[in-house]
Amino acid sequence: MASIWEYANPRKFMATTDVVLPWIAVTAALTLVGGLIWGFFFTPEDYRQGATVKIIYLHVPAALLAINAWLMMLAASLIWIVRRHHVSALAARAAAPVGAVMTLIALITGAIWGQPMWGTWWEWDPRLTSFLILFLFYLGYMALWSAVENDDTAADLTAILCLVGSVFALLSRYAVNFWNQGLHQGASLSLDAQENVADVFYHPLLVSIAGFVLLFVALVLLRTRTEIRARRMRALLLRERMG
Amino acid sequence: MRALLLRDLRLAMRAGGGFGLGLAFFLIVVVLVPFGVGPQTELLARIAPGILWIGALLACLLSLDRILALDWEDGSLDLIATAPVPLEAVVSVKALAHWLTTGLPLVLAAPVLGLLLNLPAPGYGWLTLSLLLGTPALSVIGTFGAALTVGLKRGGLLLSLLVLPLYVPVLIFGAEVARRGAEAMALTTPLAMLAGITCGTIALLPFASAAVLRMNLR
Repeated sequence: MASIWEYANPRKFMATTDVVLPWIAVTAALTLVGGLIWGFFFTPEDYRQGATVKIIYLHVPAALLAINAWLMMLAASLIWIVRRHHVSALAARAAAPVGAVMTLIALITGAIWGQPMWGTWWEWDPRLTSFLILFLFYLGYMALWSAVENDDTAADLTAILCLVGSVFALLSRYAVNFWNQGLHQGASLSLDAQENVADVFYHPLLVSIAGFVLLFVALVLLRTRTEIRARRMRALLLRERMG
Repeated sequence: MRALLLRDLRLAMRAGGGFGLGLAFFLIVVVLVPFGVGPQTELLARIAPGILWIGALLACLLSLDRILALDWEDGSLDLIATAPVPLEAVVSVKALAHWLTTGLPLVLAAPVLGLLLNLPAPGYGWLTLSLLLGTPALSVIGTFGAALTVGLKRGGLLLSLLVLPLYVPVLIFGAEVARRGAEAMALTTPLAMLAGITCGTIALLPFASAAVLRMNLR
């Protein structure tokens, strides 16, 4: 098995993803549909929450990915700063809108869930607030990418913004904890089985999480490929104009 | 470095807008709030610390793009960058100049504006202290934002989008100190957190700002 850095070569990356991407996309679709159908139609209703509990199959995976997409961008930005692989910078750029949409899904499904359960669409709860702040960070990150004209400068600037933003996002996470008491429940998923949701809900939840993760990977790969192609096209056009 | 600081201060004073604009904006925000929420003194007293903090933060934000944009436009930023002073120091001095021309006047004006909002008597000292501790962080973070957006044509709006989420922790702890001070509650924890954030940003963020500025000047 060759080193992972081989995929920093755009040609190698394109050749590999060309083969892999359809498989990932199809598996993502199957797992997602399977997990959601299992969750929505073949699980019992919660004795207190009724049918509303089923929104967990959208809410938890989206929230999970909203955070992990940012972590992935952080890793990709670090790789870009240290090793200057363009594919890495483009992958970070590609992940941002996906992460932003995941954050939005988590916020919206949370509001829909919160309305019957807590009697309110929105509450300045630490978890909710820090997700809103995370959403703002995504917006700023994407805005900076699209505002800077030179591609390499944009990659550099957004990478630094991602690093600094991560520190401040973490700070905000603990700051809001201090600022208001939580209404949101604790972790839905943890290694401690006592804390977990019951098994009937747990297994379909795992499947839909897998579906969401695969969907995220497929979307990021697809968007990275689009970015690479767009860049190649620009290079070709420039060359033509020069010649 | 001292020459740079004096130059920035002199420019800010003579060009106008440095002292005046931020303060006037702060005054207007504070005056507008009672029109929006009604003139009940108990209500105003309750929200006064938060309003004063938000007003100071927005006034600070208003002048951020002046930190570097003017020097960028007339080319003096390139000269400063090639001067035998580390860029980290330049960025720190710029932030200090911004704080002296914007942050410090705001801190001094805040107690006076607190009168307008009927801030409870024990709050004045804590409000001033929290702003004194917090506004340097606002200037340093703002300099980072200004360095990020220095070469952009429509940088102003983007600058606020980038900087506002970064201001959240400072605002939370700063306003919390002011609020607890006004209600005569224990406030050691938020005060320590605020001081910690300010020291941390002053110590570390100039490196990020300088790195970003180097990329923009390339």
